[in-house]
Amino acid sequence: MSKLALKVTAVETLSPLVKRFRFESPTGAPLPVFSGGAHITVEMPEGEIVRRNSYSLISDPYDGSGYEIAVRREDRGRGGSRHMHTKVREGDEITVSAPANHFQLDLRARKHVLIAGGIGITPFLSQLKQLGMEQKPFELHYAARSREEAAGLKLLPGAAHIHIHISDEGARMDLGAILDGQPLGTHVYTCGPDGLITAVADQAARLGWPKTSVHSEAFTAPPPGEPFEVVVKSSGKTVTVKADQSLLEALEAAKVEIDYSCRGGACGRCETHVTACDGRILHNDHWLSEAERAEQKTIMPCMSRFKGARLELDL
Amino acid sequence: MTMQFNEESFRGDYTFRNSPAAIRRFPFPFDRDEYMYSVNIEQHPGGPEGSPFEFAFDVDEHYVAEMKDREITLAEDPMRCQSLPHMELAGWDLLELIMVSKARDYPELFKLSRDGNAWHWINKPLGIDKKFTFLDPTTLPCGPLEYITRQAQGDFALLHEREGNLWLDAGMVTSQADWSLDFDVGMNFFEWHAPVPKARKMGVFDKALKFLLAVTQEKSYRRLNWTMTVNPRLDTSPENYHKWGPEKRTITPENVGAKQFLRVELQTFWRLPRSNALAFPIRCYLCNLEDIATQPKWGRRLHRVLRDIDPDLAEYKGFAVNQKVILDYLSQFDDGAETSPGIFPD
Ligand code: FES
Repeated sequence: MSKLALKVTAVETLSPLVKRFRFESPTGAPLPVFSGGAHITVEMPEGEIVRRNSYSLISDPYDGSGYEIAVRREDRGRGGSRHMHTKVREGDEITVSAPANHFQLDLRARKHVLIAGGIGITPFLSQLKQLGMEQKPFELHYAARSREEAAGLKLLPGAAHIHIHISDEGARMDLGAILDGQPLGTHVYTCGPDGLITAVADQAARLGWPKTSVHSEAFTAPPPGEPFEVVVKSSGKTVTVKADQSLLEALEAAKVEIDYSCRGGACGRCETHVTACDGRILHNDHWLSEAERAEQKTIMPCMSRFKGARLELDL
Repeated sequence: MTMQFNEESFRGDYTFRNSPAAIRRFPFPFDRDEYMYSVNIEQHPGGPEGSPFEFAFDVDEHYVAEMKDREITLAEDPMRCQSLPHMELAGWDLLELIMVSKARDYPELFKLSRDGNAWHWINKPLGIDKKFTFLDPTTLPCGPLEYITRQAQGDFALLHEREGNLWLDAGMVTSQADWSLDFDVGMNFFEWHAPVPKARKMGVFDKALKFLLAVTQEKSYRRLNWTMTVNPRLDTSPENYHKWGPEKRTITPENVGAKQFLRVELQTFWRLPRSNALAFPIRCYLCNLEDIATQPKWGRRLHRVLRDIDPDLAEYKGFAVNQKVILDYLSQFDDGAETSPGIFPD
């Protein structure tokens, strides 16, 4: 994965829980442009551990002058977003990955319907810009509990096809009404809590939408948990995963080579075979099927944890 | 360095030839004395100075002639360049990638000036001087994919990623080793690879697909593939099999050295930034047995590789009918001496 050494050039509070960050090249060289829905992985070194979280890019995909992300502070997380909120200041140096995209627009669609819940608005902010440039018909629905929490409001342009649903104001999102009657060839994209993603998928299925027109991204940072140990098969080495560290981060810290992209259990890149398992894998990813989870033969180290006597990984 | 471009043809009188320098930089594909189908992948660009791996898009003495040959093929069959509507953005991505790379790597041949979306492109070898607006197709004489690939050697496939697979949804294909864009367009990765013997069973494609899906922007890769062709013909398409197929039968012990070519594909893989599509350029290099044997290491090795190859692969690579004549010819260069590791000549 190629890395970019950037500088933090702006930090802005969008809501009590959400901050916007802007990164630019210290030399002023243009950054690689990207596609709507892409993310970058941000490195957050703290003491001897390096946390890495992936965040959707919210800036104009074709503007190489800087990258912007919006980070929601998760106080019960393992510290990545807290680090961004409390430690990262304007002028700091910051290392990020080149953009990658697991939530791209399907440009074959005749129309795009984007449905965001809460901080799930972020990937759509760059997609909106791409759709605008491509002059593709779309509508966006953004649901949030309260206006105060709806950090995305500050980042959304006011436009007729952008609909805001604030549940505290009694304006709940009606998925049936949104999806029913869309023209043939419409694609729907959902980003937000699992419940919303499932609700949209169910609604689309009821209306007979083809599965290939229904897209979603459930992007969550890895949860903390109890510490545990894993054994690396090739070297026999035991790696300890701390409470506020993901298995992937612990393996990286132990210099075990492992592939990743989303770091959020969505892309499948980090999938690892389990060669011995005496205990229970706590699957937190969105990648493995129910059957695969039950088998306990594979694990997604970016998200999942373990409880038990012994877990050996084919690495 | 000023590059000399050959006047040569890839059909009819077949005046194609390699200069001694071109022979030495030929991407000989065998790094050992035997061949197995494998996914031999390296990072690209990067390689010895002067090698075809040094730059993103290699430009060599055959550039102008290859572009003329493409023009002839396209005039006969415009369907060799196709792009499904959703791939236009990927076409612009590819145009940008090639123009930026060539202007950077060959400043004496190509020049690109950009002021926002107002671009000015100069291609000296082909005598092109064009001002256009990036992302505005009305300012080019044809689509962006066709425009740029009429100025870049090799075939180009643009792959769209969806449903965890890759779909061949656009391409420029005039120098293919026996595959057809018209037939394959819209197919996914497994469908268009279906004819390769054994590979499917070995799980090679599952691994290859996984690898391709993992290619990110700013980090590109390459691999070499090879086959054999009688006569230096670029257009060995299934559509034109009636033209080139019978030529296989013209091989004799007297002419095999000059007429039998090793055909090497330098395949590269790029993740395109705006479209998130994958670009899969397939650059073709040709070298006849006579010229290969001027490098003693290659003469020895090629003899061993073609002698010990799996018969199914010999069939698939299209030289089974001439294998005996080829081996008889090559055996004179194989004194049994050891060969050094790696693909480069000694
Ligand atoms: S890195 Fe994407 S699923 Fe683990």
